[in-house]
Amino acid sequence: VFTFILKFQHDHKVSLPMEQVIVAMQDPDLGIKMKNQRLLITVIPHAMTGNDIVEWLMKKYSIMEEEALHVGDLLVRHGYIYPLKEPRNLVLRPDESPYRFQTPYFWSSQQWPASELDYAIYLTKKNIRKQGQLIDYEKENYNLLHKRINHTWDFVVMQAKEQLRASKQRRKADRIVLECQEQAYWLINRPPPGAFDIREHGPERRNRLTSRVQLVRLHSFIIHQKKIHDRTFIKYSEQYFSHDPMMHGCPPSNPWITDDITHWALNTNTVSTPTKLRVERWSFRFMELLSDPLGRLKFMEYLEKEFSAENLCFWEACEDIRHGENSRIPQKVQEVYKQFLAPGASKWVNVDSKTMEKTLEGLRRPNRFVMDDAQMHIYFLMKKDSYPRYLKSDLYKNLLVKAIAPQETKRSVFPFMRRHRHSSPNPALVAQALEEDGKAKRLGSPRITSPATSP
Amino acid sequence: KDDVIAAASAARARRSGRVGLATASRSTSDPHPAEMATHELHPNDTLTTLKMESENLKAKLEEERAKLHDVELHQVAEKIEALGQFVMKTRRTLKGHGNKVLCMDWCKDKRRIVSSSQDGKVIVWDAFTTNKEHAVTMPCTWVMACAYAPSGCAVACGGLDNKCSVYPLSLDKNENLAAKKKSVAMHTNYLSACSFTNSDMQILTSSGDGTCALWDVESGQLLQSFHGHGADVLCLDLAPSETGNTFVSGGCDKKANVWDMRSGQCIQSFETHESDINSVRYYPSGDAFASGSDDATCRLYDLRADREVAIYSKESIIFGASSVDFSLSGRLLFGGYNDYTINVWDVLKGNRVSILFGHENRVSTLRVSPDGTAFCSGSWDHTLRIWA
Repeated sequence: VFTFILKFQHDHKVSLPMEQVIVAMQDPDLGIKMKNQRLLITVIPHAMTGNDIVEWLMKKYSIMEEEALHVGDLLVRHGYIYPLKEPRNLVLRPDESPYRFQTPYFWSSQQWPASELDYAIYLTKKNIRKQGQLIDYEKENYNLLHKRINHTWDFVVMQAKEQLRASKQRRKADRIVLECQEQAYWLINRPPPGAFDIREHGPERRNRLTSRVQLVRLHSFIIHQKKIHDRTFIKYSEQYFSHDPMMHGCPPSNPWITDDITHWALNTNTVSTPTKLRVERWSFRFMELLSDPLGRLKFMEYLEKEFSAENLCFWEACEDIRHGENSRIPQKVQEVYKQFLAPGASKWVNVDSKTMEKTLEGLRRPNRFVMDDAQMHIYFLMKKDSYPRYLKSDLYKNLLVKAIAPQETKRSVFPFMRRHRHSSPNPALVAQALEEDGKAKRLGSPRITSPATSP
Repeated sequence: KDDVIAAASAARARRSGRVGLATASRSTSDPHPAEMATHELHPNDTLTTLKMESENLKAKLEEERAKLHDVELHQVAEKIEALGQFVMKTRRTLKGHGNKVLCMDWCKDKRRIVSSSQDGKVIVWDAFTTNKEHAVTMPCTWVMACAYAPSGCAVACGGLDNKCSVYPLSLDKNENLAAKKKSVAMHTNYLSACSFTNSDMQILTSSGDGTCALWDVESGQLLQSFHGHGADVLCLDLAPSETGNTFVSGGCDKKANVWDMRSGQCIQSFETHESDINSVRYYPSGDAFASGSDDATCRLYDLRADREVAIYSKESIIFGASSVDFSLSGRLLFGGYNDYTINVWDVLKGNRVSILFGHENRVSTLRVSPDGTAFCSGSWDHTLRIWA
């Protein structure tokens, strides 16, 4: 007799989809066709072969054999199906090996704590049946339990004997099935050392829903309702299609596939002639231009020609405030004000009066967001005005013309010849070297230096 | 009872036409710079009536949505060409962790990665050569979060120690990295995820204590905290937007919340998953994000339409998705699952393009490289794999 206690557990939701599959497999009409299977001289009813399982999964879910075998194997490993031949080995063999469905009583989702008492009774039964010849780890566990719950050992032995007596009165086929079921259950709940432990779930997630009433928090109410922007995602994916190495390849070749790092060498931040794809990408959206350090550099060159470089410098300085150390905010804000916003500032930026007023107000209590409005204003100024003009400029057009467009190299004729995989300098090393050189940091230069990749 | 009060007044505020969401801060001891909804309760309010009010509002919202005749993404994408045969293989296998790999992150140099594992080890690799370049042993087990600093000069990590620590990467082979360790974040439960913002100076964290938080690295000061999840927060991702002020988080309460980093407010919330959300990742344009959940599905949420627009699922996938990421163009979504496989989805058409076998235990973490040339998966089988 097994004692059981129901407890709330997050395991439950993990098992449920698996159980749906198991239930579908046992459907009288659409499930697997169960048959008698022969196990040596005994006929076991209501069984199926490994092949049956794989084929059913392939058909039901329209998947290939490899995936079906994988899924089926997981069902066995999790104790929902057990093998009749070699019952200690919980794997799915895609052949005529016989298998049976585990009784729901023993499903891992039932979450009865597999108690020490139950395990002791099981091992005792086995010990008696095998006349003391238990397997190593089971023998060890048996001895440990004997010590730990010695005070109830009489009860254990009595239960074990009673269950053995009852089972002797069953037909051989039933006895075999019940023994296999129980064994499969314990293989899952007390796995042999070194074996896969399916019970492992990682650190417990304290699901607060059980201890607290959760009222649904509704989001962005009716005011914000918009029709789905139909083609946004389609357009984006199409635009970036040829830039996506996984969709379109990677000129001249993907370093991970061919071990040739030319692709990276051609796209460093210090390269003198950028690639065509890269220059093209700057025209997709303003943020693409700004987030590429080389793009930003080239854009700065253009702005300098237009005598509006202070806008980009201001934007960079604001970024530096927003993402920099907390302690340096007041100092940086002061400097930015002096350089860009104060009347007669050397790099004065044209911010509208309302924004300026708000910013000046905020300067009294400088925080990291004090420049946000002004920064946004200048950002959109550049985006709407300088950026489109840059794309039409000779400077940009020349870049495009001169840009490198490496040919996609053909697959190596000798695929077995492995190239030497060159190492590259650790970015921490590069940064350290730069600092040691004592390079002065311009105010407004990007705080973050993207690590250079050199071949 | 505080939750009930706050939620009731929030509902009332919304009904009166005030846009936006007031969060109910669970802990009143935290100074909250954001507006708080007024804490009033009507004499007739009971748990039952408030619950009913909530259900009614929910139903009304669905009604309004239905009026707009919104369609699913795959219907819009019906006419576009299907993707052809898809071949991706393991190009590198990184062996060196002695236990389950739990998390990884790419360096901006497109080839280095940092990974963390159950036994407390954090390793920095040049994935291209498979050389290990740095290693540090944390004083705790289950290091579930790690991140590479944008400069490439430091890594952040944490887990069951409830903290997020930053280790500057020293090139002196003899120097013990642990010596320069800086404790930055302090939560009251495990650290589930961490990410640097645009610089080395700020870190965003999520925790089993149900909150997210933004920290100043230099001083360890808490800059902003984000309350609103009703259970453990398991993941987060920063938005690649022009204004760079939002991020999304997912939790055990089945919700994905979008937050304003300035105010600490939750500005959007999505609750369509049927189980824990293990992973969230923005679509490259920032207009949407994908999520992976224990309910064995991945979903796509459109931020401007304010709803779920795609579900990526298959009846034969019966284990949870632990980690998701997009290819560079956003056309492909890679999902690492607890059944040891990686499923590749066509984001637009909704069908599965490929299934990748190789790992011998759960896939716990998955990230596409910064230039989209490859993705890395980490697994409970102690290894990391680079696929291209």
